[in-house]
Amino acid sequence: MLGYTITQWLFGTLSFLAIMFALMMVFTRSPVNSALYLIMTFFCIAGHYLLLNAQFLAIVQIVVYAGAIMVLFLYIIMLMNLNADEEPRKHVVTRAIAGIIGGMLLFVMVGALRGAEQLQTVQGGASQIGLVKNLGKVLFSEFLFPFEIASVLLLAALVGAIMIGKRDTNINSKETINN
Amino acid sequence: MTAFIIYKAIMCAGVFLLCLGAAAYATLWERKFAAFLQDRKGPSRAGWGGILQPLADGVKMFMKEEIIPNVSNRALFILGPCLFMVTAVITSSVVPWAKPVNIGGVVYDMQITDINIGVIYLLGVASIGVYGIMIGGWASNNKFALLGAVRASSQMISYEIPMGIALIALIISSGGSLSLKTIVEAQDAGVANIVWQPLGFLIFFICALAETNRAPFDLPECETELVGGYHTEYSSMKLGLFLFAEYINMFISSAVIATLYFGGYNFPFAHELYAKLGLADGSVWITLIGFGALITKVFGFVCLFMWIRWTLPRFRYDQLMNLGWKTLLPLALFNLLLTVVIEYFRGNIHF
Repeated sequence: MLGYTITQWLFGTLSFLAIMFALMMVFTRSPVNSALYLIMTFFCIAGHYLLLNAQFLAIVQIVVYAGAIMVLFLYIIMLMNLNADEEPRKHVVTRAIAGIIGGMLLFVMVGALRGAEQLQTVQGGASQIGLVKNLGKVLFSEFLFPFEIASVLLLAALVGAIMIGKRDTNINSKETINN
Repeated sequence: MTAFIIYKAIMCAGVFLLCLGAAAYATLWERKFAAFLQDRKGPSRAGWGGILQPLADGVKMFMKEEIIPNVSNRALFILGPCLFMVTAVITSSVVPWAKPVNIGGVVYDMQITDINIGVIYLLGVASIGVYGIMIGGWASNNKFALLGAVRASSQMISYEIPMGIALIALIISSGGSLSLKTIVEAQDAGVANIVWQPLGFLIFFICALAETNRAPFDLPECETELVGGYHTEYSSMKLGLFLFAEYINMFISSAVIATLYFGGYNFPFAHELYAKLGLADGSVWITLIGFGALITKVFGFVCLFMWIRWTLPRFRYDQLMNLGWKTLLPLALFNLLLTVVIEYFRGNIHF
C-alpha cells in the first residue's frame, strides 16, 4: 500500500495516535479527560513495544501504568472533584512567558533532532530481547546489580509511603489527653 | 491466508457466542439455584420450566425507557458500560477451549490466539476491567455511584496483588511457561496443577470472586449503603450490560480457573478412554469430548460461585481490606516460598 509495509503503516498510525492523545491530554481542560487521554497514550506506547517484539514490556506497561498507576490517579481526581470551570484562569503575562519559553524549547529540540538521520536505527521485529525468557536471563545475569538496586529503591519508596500515610495513633491520643 | 482469516473469524464468533449464550443461561441458572437454596420454584412461566426467561429479560431490558442524567458527562456515561462489557469478553481470547482438531491435514487450535504472555495478559485485562466501573460511576455525577466506583477500584487493585503472586507460584510449579496452551498441555502429560498448588488455587479463587464483584465481595453495589452503587443512574440496556458483563466475567473466570488449576479440557484417564474408543489424535470427537469436559468443570465452578453468593453475607468494607492485605497477601507470599522449596526438592529448578 503506497509503498509502505504493514509494520510501517502500524507504526505511523500508532505514532500519530500517541502524539495526538498526548497533545489532547495537555490541552483538555477537564482533569478526568486529561487522565483518560494519558491512558490512551500509554496504550499506544504499548502498541509500539509490540511492534518492537517486546511483548512483556507491552503488557507490563498496560498492567502497571494503565492498570494500576492511572487508576490511582483517576481515583484521586474523582474524589477531589476538580472541574474545568473551577480551574483558575492564568494571567496574560504568565501565558506569554510560558509560550515564549515553550517555543524556545521547541527550537532547541528541532535543532537537536536535525542530526538524527545520522543515528543508527534499530530494526524492529528482529530482536528477541523483549521476550520474557531472554529479558529475565539478561536481567538476572548481566544487569543483576542495577536490577537489585532498583528494587531496593522501590522498597525504600514503599516504606516512605507507608510512613507518610500511617496515622500515628500514639501522638493523636496524647493530644486528645492534653486537650 | 484467506483460510486462516476465515478460521480465526469462525473462532472469534464461536467463542463470543459461547460467552454470551453461557452468560444468558447463567442468569437463569442463578435464579433457579437461588430458588432451590431458598426452597422456592424460581422463574417458571416463560417456556418450559422457565427456559425462555433470559430472552424475556433481554427484551424487557431493551424496551425500558433510557434515561441519561442531564448533569452527567454524556460521552463517558455511555463509554462506561461498553468498556466494562469489552473487557469482560476479551479475556476469553487466550483460553484454550478444546484439543487441536485435524481437518484435512491442517491442525486447527481451538483457541483464538496463543500469545506467549497469556497469563500476564489475563492480569492486564483484569486490571483495566475496573475502568468501565470507574468511568461509569464518575460520569453519573451521583455521590452513591462515585462511592461505588471508588470502592470497586480499590477492591480490584487490592485483590490483583495476591492474584498475581498466586499466578507466579503456579507458573513456577507448572514448568515456567506463560502461555495457557503450554500450561494445559503440561497438565495433559502430568497431573492437574491443583495437586501441587492447593493453597494457590484457594487464593486465586477468592481473588477471582473479588475481581468479578460477586457476593460476598459485592461492596461496590451494596444496596443497604449505596442504593445501586456504580450503576445507580443507569437504566435500560446500559444497566443490562453492567449486569450481563458480571455473568460473562463469572463464566470466563471459571474457564480460566479450570484451565490453570484443573487441567482445562483434560480429565483423568482421558488417554485410556480415547484408546478404548479407537480415536486418533486430532479427531473431531476428541475435541468435542475435551470441550465437554471443560464445560462441565466451568459449570461446576459457576455453581460454586452461586452457592457462595447465596450462602455468605456481604463483608464490611474494613473486613474486605483486612482480608486482602493482611491475610491473602502474606498467604500468597508464603505459598510462593513454599512452591520454590518444593520445586527445588522435586528437581524442577536449579540454582
